[in-house]
Formats: sequence, structure tokens, C-alpha cells
Amino acid sequence: MLKILDSTVITLNVNGEDRKVVAKPSDILLYTLRNELGLTGAKPGCENGDCGACTVLIDDIPIKSCLMLTVEAIGKRILTVEGLKNAPIQKSFVENWGFQCGYCTSGFLMVCHSLSKMHPDADDVTIQDWLQSNICRCTGYQEIEYAIKSILNGGSSDIEGSTF
Amino acid sequence: MIPFEFEYYKPDTVEEAVNLYDSLSNKNKKVIYYGGGTEFISMARRYNMYADAVIDIKAIPECNEFDFDGDDLYIGSAVSLSQIADINKFPLLSLVVKRIADHTIQDKITLGGNIIGTIIYKESILPLLIANSDVVLENKTGKRRVSLNKVFNKKLLLDEGEMLVQVIVKKEYVNFPYQHVKRTKNEKIDYPLLSVSALKDNDTINVAFSGLCEYPFRAKKIEKILNEDSLAKKDKIDEIIKNIPGEILHDVGGTKEYRKFMLGAIISEILDSFQEEE
Repeated sequence: MLKILDSTVITLNVNGEDRKVVAKPSDILLYTLRNELGLTGAKPGCENGDCGACTVLIDDIPIKSCLMLTVEAIGKRILTVEGLKNAPIQKSFVENWGFQCGYCTSGFLMVCHSLSKMHPDADDVTIQDWLQSNICRCTGYQEIEYAIKSILNGGSSDIEGSTF
Repeated sequence: MIPFEFEYYKPDTVEEAVNLYDSLSNKNKKVIYYGGGTEFISMARRYNMYADAVIDIKAIPECNEFDFDGDDLYIGSAVSLSQIADINKFPLLSLVVKRIADHTIQDKITLGGNIIGTIIYKESILPLLIANSDVVLENKTGKRRVSLNKVFNKKLLLDEGEMLVQVIVKKEYVNFPYQHVKRTKNEKIDYPLLSVSALKDNDTINVAFSGLCEYPFRAKKIEKILNEDSLAKKDKIDEIIKNIPGEILHDVGGTKEYRKFMLGAIISEILDSFQEEE
């Protein structure tokens, strides 16, 4: 049984590397990534699970890191935007102007990256379902939709008749 | 940031979990079983919830089970809403959980958390109530398999230290015709103004509601009216509205009168849909 009673050194697998970090049970993953590991790509937004700016992938699944204890991530693979390293969705966001102020971008990138891996043939309903987890206050949704559609199988031909 | 400290335990068995709960409670510690943790973290952040120790149940095999065994479908309390929707072994339940919160949050919310949490809507319980499901509950004194309808009255009635291990659904209910209608005030992703699940159990419609009162419910009297052949649809709706078993919510999400109007519209929609299927 895993038991953590106080501050202790734990190992987190982040972006393919094992990283040692001091954490206590009440620590939130978002702040461990940002303050202890210097990975500031995941953004604090609402800090209540609504906006999606803090989204990271845990074992390839999108998770809002503001709603996860750091200790829950022990033994899991954590992928942050810093670990994407020129993934197709990043290039596509640039080419399709998928951002304005950029604050929500890392969260959207993580959701889109996971969607493209798990559902490479995603239809409009699935795309909408996944991306509704994130909020862009600049309302750049159309361009984000272009970006994700251009990397899914079928490419950019589906952009006409968009659903957002 | 959570403004208090607590201990974190992640047991590997139900036995370890319930014994731990007992021993920590005996030391006067406030203990909670921890599933997805979304409600705990968001409420603890504002000090609306407190714990000295959390027992994370996600490493317990029984709590992660999601499969048929003979004529029963076993759903562990730590199975996430996304897993329920993606694996889709109970289509009505899949449909309902896909409308709870958003897709990313569904990756974290667990079935047990949605049923036991303090948020009043608990929509995932609707299909389970009308499918006459059983629940497996366990504490240090033992394990019991009981009808969900017997132990759910406004909330799950747990004994001291009891944890929800699994929900068990009879295979036949998984395949019955069903309807689910959820209406929200504005946005698609929101708490329900009204959420209604119905399942046709041979010639009888079972129905359960969330968002109508301060708790989800299934009421025999309402089902009797709904299934009364001698009543016209309009009369059924009028009688059902008269027989709601609690105070109808009247808040910023919707007035009492609006919820009654919406209830009538949804019942009409469900009855028509079942009739069309015939």
C-alpha cells in the first residue's frame, strides 16, 4: 500500500524522464509542475476544472492538473506541453492561427494531441465533445477547429461546414 | 492550494481500505474514501470539505472492474465516466454520463464519486435506479450486496466506514429500450435544469429524475401513473406533476413553474419516443 503522510521525495515521470520532487499529500499537480519542476506550460486559469488551461496528459489521457493531487501521479506517465516537442498539432496551430493571446493554447494542444492519437478518424461530434472541455476567452474556436481537423485523417477537406 | 494537510493512503485491497478507515477513525481522524477527487479538491480548496486522511481506492481491483460475469454487469466504483462511455456496456448509462461535466473531467470523475458526492444531481444514478441494480458495500464488519433502490433515499445510505465497491446490473436491463433527456438553462455543459432517464422493462416504463428536487429520485407512484393505460397523456402529465415526492427546486437555474413545464414536455417526449419505437 502506498502511504504518504507528510512532505516526502517522490518520483514523477514527466515528459519521459523520472524527476524527483518534494511533495506533500495536499499538493496539486499543476503547482508541482509549475513551481517545483519549472514546467510553466500548464496554466492556472479557473483552478476549478472549468477552463482546461492546465490540461496535461496522464497515461495519454487528458486531465485537468488543477484537479489532481501530485501524489496521484506517482507511477503514471505525465506529458506536458513542453514534452510535445514539435508534434503535428503544434505546427498545425501555427499554420491555422489557432491562438490569439495564447493563454489557453497549451491546454488545447494537449487535448487535441490526445484526440489525434486516440481518435485519428474523429468525426465532428467527437471533436466538439473533446474540445468543449476547454475555454478560449479570445474566442478563437474556429481556428482551433481548423487546426485539429487538418491533422486528423481526412485532413483539411472537412473544414467547410464546421460545427463550432 | 488546499489550505490544510492530510494523509494519503492508496490500498491494494478492499480489506486494507476498510481496516484503514476503521483504524484512522478510531484515532478521531476525519477520513474519506477518495475516487477521482474532483469534488474533494475543488471543495477543499475553499475549505468547504475537510479530511485528516484520504483513502484512494483506485488501486483496488474490484473497484476497477467493468465487465460481464454471467448474467451480471459489474461496474467498479473507481471506473471513470469516460471508461463507462467509451467501453459502452450499458448504453443508457453511457448516454447519461457523457452529459456530466465535460469530456476531460469525465476522465477523472468516477462512478462512485458521482453517486456519493455532495453535488445534488448525481445523474449517473438514474439508469442504475431504473435498472433495479444492486450495490456491493463493505466496511470492517462485512460485505453486503443490496438493492440500490433500498439503500438510496435522497443519498446513498452507508453505514459507518462503508465504501461503495461495485454496482451490479442485470444483463437483461442493459438491453432494454431506453430514453434520456437532459435540459440545461443555457450551455450544453451545465448542471441539469432537468435530467430524466427512462427504461422500458417489458411493458412497464421505469423512470428517474434529477434536477427536479434537491435529490435524484425514482418514485413508485409516478411510475404507476405513467404506466396507467386508462389515462390520456395529458392526464398522466398533470397527475405526475401533482405527485412529485418533494419540493420542486426554485432557484437561479429555473423557477418551480418552469421546471414543471419542462417536466411535462420531457415526459411527453419520452412517451412519444417509446411509442414510435413500437
